[in-house]
Amino acid sequence: MTETIKTDAIIIGAGPVGLFAVFELGLLDIKCHLVDILDKPGGQCAELYPEKPIYDIPALPVVTGQELTDQLLEQIKPFNPAFTFNEMVESVEKTEDGGWRIKTDAETVIEGKVIVIAAGGGSFTPKKPPIKGIEEFEGTSVFYAVRKMDQFRDKNILVAGGGDSALDWTLNLHPLAKSMQLVHRRDEFRAAPDSVNKMRSLVANDEMQLHTAQPIALHGINGQLQAVTLKSKERGEYDVECDTLLAFFGLTMKLGPVANFGLNLHENLIPVDTEKFETSTPGIFAIGDINYYPGKLKLILSGFHESALMAQQAFRYIYPDKKLRFQYTTSSSSLQEKLGVN
Amino acid sequence: MSDDDLYIYVTDREGHKQKVDALSGWRIMEIIRDNELPIKAECGGCCSCATCHVYVAPQWLDKIPPPGEEEVEMLDEAFEVEDNSRLSCQILMHSDLKGLEVTLAPGTE
Repeated sequence: MTETIKTDAIIIGAGPVGLFAVFELGLLDIKCHLVDILDKPGGQCAELYPEKPIYDIPALPVVTGQELTDQLLEQIKPFNPAFTFNEMVESVEKTEDGGWRIKTDAETVIEGKVIVIAAGGGSFTPKKPPIKGIEEFEGTSVFYAVRKMDQFRDKNILVAGGGDSALDWTLNLHPLAKSMQLVHRRDEFRAAPDSVNKMRSLVANDEMQLHTAQPIALHGINGQLQAVTLKSKERGEYDVECDTLLAFFGLTMKLGPVANFGLNLHENLIPVDTEKFETSTPGIFAIGDINYYPGKLKLILSGFHESALMAQQAFRYIYPDKKLRFQYTTSSSSLQEKLGVN
Repeated sequence: MSDDDLYIYVTDREGHKQKVDALSGWRIMEIIRDNELPIKAECGGCCSCATCHVYVAPQWLDKIPPPGEEEVEMLDEAFEVEDNSRLSCQILMHSDLKGLEVTLAPGTE
């Protein structure tokens, strides 16, 4: 059993809104620990559109998703937030002293006095091909990620996809696999050219097969895959034998375990008030794209505003005996000291 | 022609075809979403997620500019891609597309 991490505010989601919450909470002397399923901060901005320009951040006429993330990280540096990446918060429970305890899918336990859900569109999870009956094979012969390579030793593998994940795993697993096939919808790949060249030379040497097609049906018994039907323009529908399918079609967002936290939900969003951005459960807040209130706009700037108001109420829970003073960073020497600029 | 006259037809995943009002200059994805039809479109329209994938009725294909490289690459993350597959965030509505017919593809739910 790993040691319990203690903090003031547990922030679920390290996207732009979760990051800015660290700033607003930090000004009020509230320490933060962020948990994110991705391997890096920035949420959608870093995962979906790091290179895409955003035009509606106040005072930044244009900024890319990655630049915004980097700037926010710079801005919250003085508050030294802790991060747990690659993990998903699975459960939330109240502690004996009125705070909260969360547990992740990797058994990390964090205790805090408040929880701030800034989970955006939910957890990033692999896209699953909409093939009938695919669930029956998941975990036994259909996979969306490789955790232990050795699991795939001596398998007859079919990899589906045309990006870096698909190509990297094709190349990495090829030496272990009994046979390797790759299926992609067109004969062009957006993966790194070097990987594509390596794959093509394996194909040229008959060491693996490449199919320009799309998987449309799975065949097997008791969760054990035996063949996959592919559909191509040239060959129509045909079956290829394999016992393992690795599908890499990018990520999508799903609400995930947040749905089981015992909070009221409204069409997969978390209703909050517009004074404190608190959920139906006192001490649990929701800010950014994941919350809902009349007039809600899913804008990053709305999430920033929500962070500031949320922090006021979080302060009342964390420092019940202290008086909350509203101060400006331009004039307050104590705030400037926290920011390390004075 | 005024914007008031523009409309498109959207067939959802259950096969229901609906006529919806459209505005010139809007992305087809935005028109679908604004009419509260189920379209995930999770990246918000910046050609980064492939969850606004639609099939364009064949008779309309030559009235729409062909997909750019970025859209073609993004379609690699879509499912059941056909020759008439497009990302609806990459099609801008205008008067020539009055009556455009699109069908939501798997993965947009």
